[in-house]
Amino acid sequence: MPTSFIILFKRLFTSFIVLIGVSMLIFTIARIIPGDPARIALGPNATLEAVANLRANLHLDESIIVQYGYFIWNLLHGDLGISLYTNRPVLLDIGQFLPATLELVFVAGFIMVAIGLPLGAIAARYRGKFIDHVIRILSLLGVSAPSFVWAVILMLMFAFYLPIFPIAGRITDSYTIQAVTGFLLLDTLIAGEYRAFGDAFWHLILPAFALALSGIGQAARLTRANMIETYDKPYIEMAQSYGFSEKRIASKFAFKPSLIPSMTIIGLDFAAMLGNAFLVEAVFAWPGLSRYGVAVILRKDLNAIVGTVLVISATFLIVNIIVDLLIAFINPRIRFSTRRS
Amino acid sequence: MKRIIFILLSNPLSLLGLFLVTLVIILAIFADFIAPFPEHRGAVVDFVNFNKAPEWPYIMGTDLVGRDIFSRIIYAYRISLLLGVFVLSIAVPIGVTMGLIAGYMGGKTEYILMRITDVFLSIPPLVLAMSIMGLLEPTLINGMLAVTVMWWPWYTRLVYNIARSEKEEGYVLAAEIIGASKTHIIFREILPNCLPAIVTKMTLDFGFVILIASSLSFLGLGVQPPTPDLGSMVAGGATYLPDSWWLTVFPGLAILVAVFGFNLVGDALRDVLGAD
Repeated sequence: MPTSFIILFKRLFTSFIVLIGVSMLIFTIARIIPGDPARIALGPNATLEAVANLRANLHLDESIIVQYGYFIWNLLHGDLGISLYTNRPVLLDIGQFLPATLELVFVAGFIMVAIGLPLGAIAARYRGKFIDHVIRILSLLGVSAPSFVWAVILMLMFAFYLPIFPIAGRITDSYTIQAVTGFLLLDTLIAGEYRAFGDAFWHLILPAFALALSGIGQAARLTRANMIETYDKPYIEMAQSYGFSEKRIASKFAFKPSLIPSMTIIGLDFAAMLGNAFLVEAVFAWPGLSRYGVAVILRKDLNAIVGTVLVISATFLIVNIIVDLLIAFINPRIRFSTRRS
Repeated sequence: MKRIIFILLSNPLSLLGLFLVTLVIILAIFADFIAPFPEHRGAVVDFVNFNKAPEWPYIMGTDLVGRDIFSRIIYAYRISLLLGVFVLSIAVPIGVTMGLIAGYMGGKTEYILMRITDVFLSIPPLVLAMSIMGLLEPTLINGMLAVTVMWWPWYTRLVYNIARSEKEEGYVLAAEIIGASKTHIIFREILPNCLPAIVTKMTLDFGFVILIASSLSFLGLGVQPPTPDLGSMVAGGATYLPDSWWLTVFPGLAILVAVFGFNLVGDALRDVLGAD
């Protein structure tokens, strides 16, 4: 399909421009802050000479444009600089913590779609009925609390009072799994340790739900609104007059077109989830990017902050390109011009 | 207007929402008179009554240094609402103006403005606010700034989509033909038609600003102690679960109640005003 190649190419190009913009934005914020990063890194007892040396090493004395040039040059060579906090390359740090966060976010995203869309469809199908109101209240409640509050509530209910799920962590300590991908669900399968897979999965459920709850509410509300709009279209009326069953109309004619706007929003929700993962990870002691991110922010570790934000934004952009491709796959009518917003 | 108020008052859910919002606003404004222990909003220590489960006169218990949690929640509401007013009164005018210009002008202006918006939208809101907050000093003013910087693009996107479809309407064409200036068309013709959507979003966003501000302070990057804040209260109590559950559960529920109220009203407004 040549058209989808053109779509993909145009989207990639726009995403690339946006990514450059993100790097400029975050780089500027990082460089205009008060305080000398070299002095912060070395501590108050360092000699003036040591500070000056580090400043020269980090090119801090050059103009901001030259500094940005160095930054991009290094970035293209896969070098995000050294973290002043861990004294290791930033890319190595992020590579170590990112998989745990991504695993959590992907599972949460799956839960959001698997529960949110059907809920919205049911609400639209029984519009104005009792079940519609119940779903409306539930989805509003879902969006009404930050994910750390849901995390605390779920933890209290299902780990403390009803000890069904583990309280914290990614996997029981007794399992040692060779890290291949960093995704425990995959690594345990690769190692053939099915009990460890079950254990890691069990650890994922509460944090993923806490993260997914607000997304479920949003997805449900949106799907409901879109489906109600679709129900008013003439072709649904036609299907009804032909005597198709209500079930078939709902699942076949009304649901699919309503998916498209929902999916765009789900792509955006993914960004929120990447951010909210920080909150959920803090509650469940999840060894992801959260602790690292907060630590480097509190220490004004410039390279690490810029790197973390850049990697998170890149992940988000990639997910959105995938979402766009899926949309093009679902609806062949969708062309680039109508989706530019 | 009368019709809108009537519809809002006749639906039990939006009535509940109005009640919750009014309650939160009254608590925040009259905090000094309502809070049983107004002095507990600051750095007060009472080691006789520390970490107490809910009992009279501490209806929501006391925290680790003996301060009344109910009083602190009330004062935290006051700061949350101030934050909401501050953020929206800066972010909305900026975002709306950008959206109007991009939507009406089209062409290169549109491309540039919308790509800038995309840049801000593709950094997760919380992460953007966190990095700004972390790089500046974590004070209340900086917190407000950080949240404002991430808020305006949503309004740009919203208004842009409306403006783009409105500019094809007959009334805009008519205004162009009689020679109205661009400023007139943008602000006097198109803007009024965006207002229902903007008002709805602002109501919902009041809740979401409270949410994001509490998230920031939950991570230790927001309002600093001893100023009471719902997020940092939850964070401070989380290590004492499940024994001292009141330390986290009540502040957590306080966030839920306030945001739920704004969401109910916003949702009802969306239905009544027909805004998306």
